[in-house]
Amino acid sequence: MVTSLRPKAGPTHDYRFPQFRDEVLPNGIRLITAPVAKLPLVTVLVLIDAGSTNDPMGKEGTAALTAASMLEGTSNYDGARLAEEFEQLGTSLETGADWDSTYLKITVLSSKLREAAKLLGDAISRPIFPEREIERLKAERLAEILQLETEPRGLADEKFSEFLYADNSRYSKPDEGSAESVGSLTRADVEEFYRSNYKSKATTVIVVGDISSEDARRVITDAFQKWPSGAGREQRLVAAPRTDTKRVHIVNKPDAPQSELRVGHVGLPRRHPDFFPTLVMNAVLGGLFGSRINLNLREVHAYTYGASSFYDWRRGAGPFVISTAVESEVTAPALREILLEINRIRGENISEEELSLAKDYLEGVFPIRYETTAAIASALATLAIYGLPADYYDSYRANVHNVSGDAVLEAARQHLHPERLQTVIVGDSGIVRDSLDARDLGEVTVYNG
Amino acid sequence: MRIPVETFHLDNGLFVTLSEDHTAPIVAVNLWYHVGSANERTGRTGFAHLFEHMLFQGSAHVGSNEHFELIQRAGGTLNGSTWLERTNYFETVPSNELALALWLEADRMGELLPAMTQEKLDTQRDVVKNERRWAVDNQPYGTMLEKMQELVFPSSHPFQHSLIGSMDDLSAASLDDVAQFFATYYTPDNAVLSIAGDFDGAETRKLIVDYFGPIARGRGKPPLPPMDLPPVFGERRRELVYDNVSLPRLFMAFRSPVFGSEEYYAASVTSALLGLRRGSRLHRSLVRERQIAADVSAFTFDLAKGTDLLVVDVTARPETSALQLEEEVEREIDRLHSDGASEAEVRRAIALIETDLTASLQSAGERADRLSMFATFFKEPRLINEQATRYASVTVEQVNRLISERFGDDNRANLIYVPKEGVESEGALVAAAGMA
Repeated sequence: MVTSLRPKAGPTHDYRFPQFRDEVLPNGIRLITAPVAKLPLVTVLVLIDAGSTNDPMGKEGTAALTAASMLEGTSNYDGARLAEEFEQLGTSLETGADWDSTYLKITVLSSKLREAAKLLGDAISRPIFPEREIERLKAERLAEILQLETEPRGLADEKFSEFLYADNSRYSKPDEGSAESVGSLTRADVEEFYRSNYKSKATTVIVVGDISSEDARRVITDAFQKWPSGAGREQRLVAAPRTDTKRVHIVNKPDAPQSELRVGHVGLPRRHPDFFPTLVMNAVLGGLFGSRINLNLREVHAYTYGASSFYDWRRGAGPFVISTAVESEVTAPALREILLEINRIRGENISEEELSLAKDYLEGVFPIRYETTAAIASALATLAIYGLPADYYDSYRANVHNVSGDAVLEAARQHLHPERLQTVIVGDSGIVRDSLDARDLGEVTVYNG
Repeated sequence: MRIPVETFHLDNGLFVTLSEDHTAPIVAVNLWYHVGSANERTGRTGFAHLFEHMLFQGSAHVGSNEHFELIQRAGGTLNGSTWLERTNYFETVPSNELALALWLEADRMGELLPAMTQEKLDTQRDVVKNERRWAVDNQPYGTMLEKMQELVFPSSHPFQHSLIGSMDDLSAASLDDVAQFFATYYTPDNAVLSIAGDFDGAETRKLIVDYFGPIARGRGKPPLPPMDLPPVFGERRRELVYDNVSLPRLFMAFRSPVFGSEEYYAASVTSALLGLRRGSRLHRSLVRERQIAADVSAFTFDLAKGTDLLVVDVTARPETSALQLEEEVEREIDRLHSDGASEAEVRRAIALIETDLTASLQSAGERADRLSMFATFFKEPRLINEQATRYASVTVEQVNRLISERFGDDNRANLIYVPKEGVESEGALVAAAGMA
């Protein structure tokens, strides 16, 4: 017999987010270094303060295409040779653009850092943007867009953004661009984006791993000698909703065995003062396995393999979304339960048990999030992108701890809006449509093909 | 770089591996049960995985869904997964909650059945059916694993049938099946417990003895049917799947040396030189130079019995037909088979693998999982420290011997997805890219 006595927690062991040094190099680059000597590895993350929201109107996808084109050749090496040089050093390399920034990230054994960083600095300081490679990268993006036609999850996400935001909001279009906008991009667009945004004063370099701050500073100063000086461009942030009226949008996929559901509205910008109460509120609503929405839809009703809710934090107000996939026949009852849970969390205080579950989880899981050099680098990037204070991670757990039940209720009432919900259903309209109650969810529109 | 590894057995046969690391106050607990879909009986495909779901439904002293709640309340992360040869359960928790994680694992290993009810089974059956719809039926290329298993393994081979299971077999699973499967496979002598991270060795040994010690040894499990297969198919195999997908995609599988064998490392390096990252042979040739593929990768299944599989996975560009894709990939593989790989290609692959291996050991959960894996398959968790050296010592001669033995046209199984109907926007996309 296993003992029936549940063990109690032992005394907590102290944890501090890794200490880091934050400085500005003479050429204007911001350098953040966090020595972490666990394993002989280093991650270098170059962050450019220009993301998809910096795309010119009608040229959506420029930031992403520019990021992808950065390692396609210099006057010394063509793209294939550059890849070969990085990979002979064992470099794991990733580039991309998200809404608020562009990133170029390498992780490499510390013994190879100097060479890999030099290569990275050279490559991105003197890119030649070969026309052929840019056309190829465009074609690869167009292939990805084509894949969405048959990929219900990605399609639901994309349609949700489109129905959520006004046409003049960058957030209404795919972050990497649409078929139309990507098709129109040229080498000149990429070069122009690079010249106006990739500037020293818009650049933060983050170095995390088995290296001292002094050595990291030397390596980065040396590798980024030729980085263009000056400041980048201002971001254009429009996060206006397309409508304030609740609506249902069915993207018809005849014979789909499940309905992919996205339910939500425009959320909050990252720097909103209610960030912590909203974080805890969302954990109770749909942020954990044991959250209301998952327990209801999965464990009580078995409608789905999983259901969750999520605030997509960006500089501007990103989406708040509840995501799940349910068997087609139970689409209407599943939506009813989702609506019920939104109303319930706005209607009355959550229990002490639920509050402590959410807070204990968020506080306790904190050190588990920062096990790797790449994860620590991403956390430091979050500080840089959103301009959060240097003690943000040191005070994070106290900030979670101080959220009260009343603050959660207030956050739910202020920041969940059942009357504005946009509901996207990617599924079989023939099965779903007539079962929906327009009084609950709003007018229904069906989109075919 | 070596991580410390200690091992011991309990009298009931439980194999324990411990690896201390005090850089952060967190600890990972990981259990491998040496049972997977391969052990399912006829008519019960998907049962090993359904059973994994039942392990989160409570045990004698733990309520339904309480396992998840207790671990999350402790600030931990957790999950489980099922594969052909094994099922694992794992949590990473703040180190002051190690006792809770061990107790929860012991309670469900010792006394699962008192908590099992028909209602819970029915709910999880429906959850799993929805998992199947989500991950397999309503996902492009989602049937790849089960179609591949059917194509490459002989019927009645334990790896031949679906891991997620058929809807009919899932419907047929009963509480009796749960009780039998539990008694047969969820026993301490069929499990490995690994703990990695911030813990006190002596205290932890005592906890393990206290919690797991009283659990009775099993009565043995039925042997699997013979699993060994010849090193090559001995023929060409091919299946076309007309499906709801946008782009043609080819999965080309080769029988390859089993995980952990001497030749496995050469096979793993070969898969990396073919399809790992942008400098790989197939990416360079098919994506960058010829521009007929949108994406390329290659991987091994890492099966420790019977035969492993090395798979090359190539997605076509919109203007490339399925047949053209197949022809071009075949040509690349023919070229590799006749000319072999170069020293530089082998070095590039090994360098990338070394970085990835090191990076993966940063996480306590990964360390614990690998310790469990080496302990389960080879009774030797210390192999975790041999991997980098094994890879580093792979030579171009070994790689080319592997290629010459395994990449001939008598060892290829092509699973090809073909778009069921031409997508209307295809023409527009091609025109938009200026490729028409």
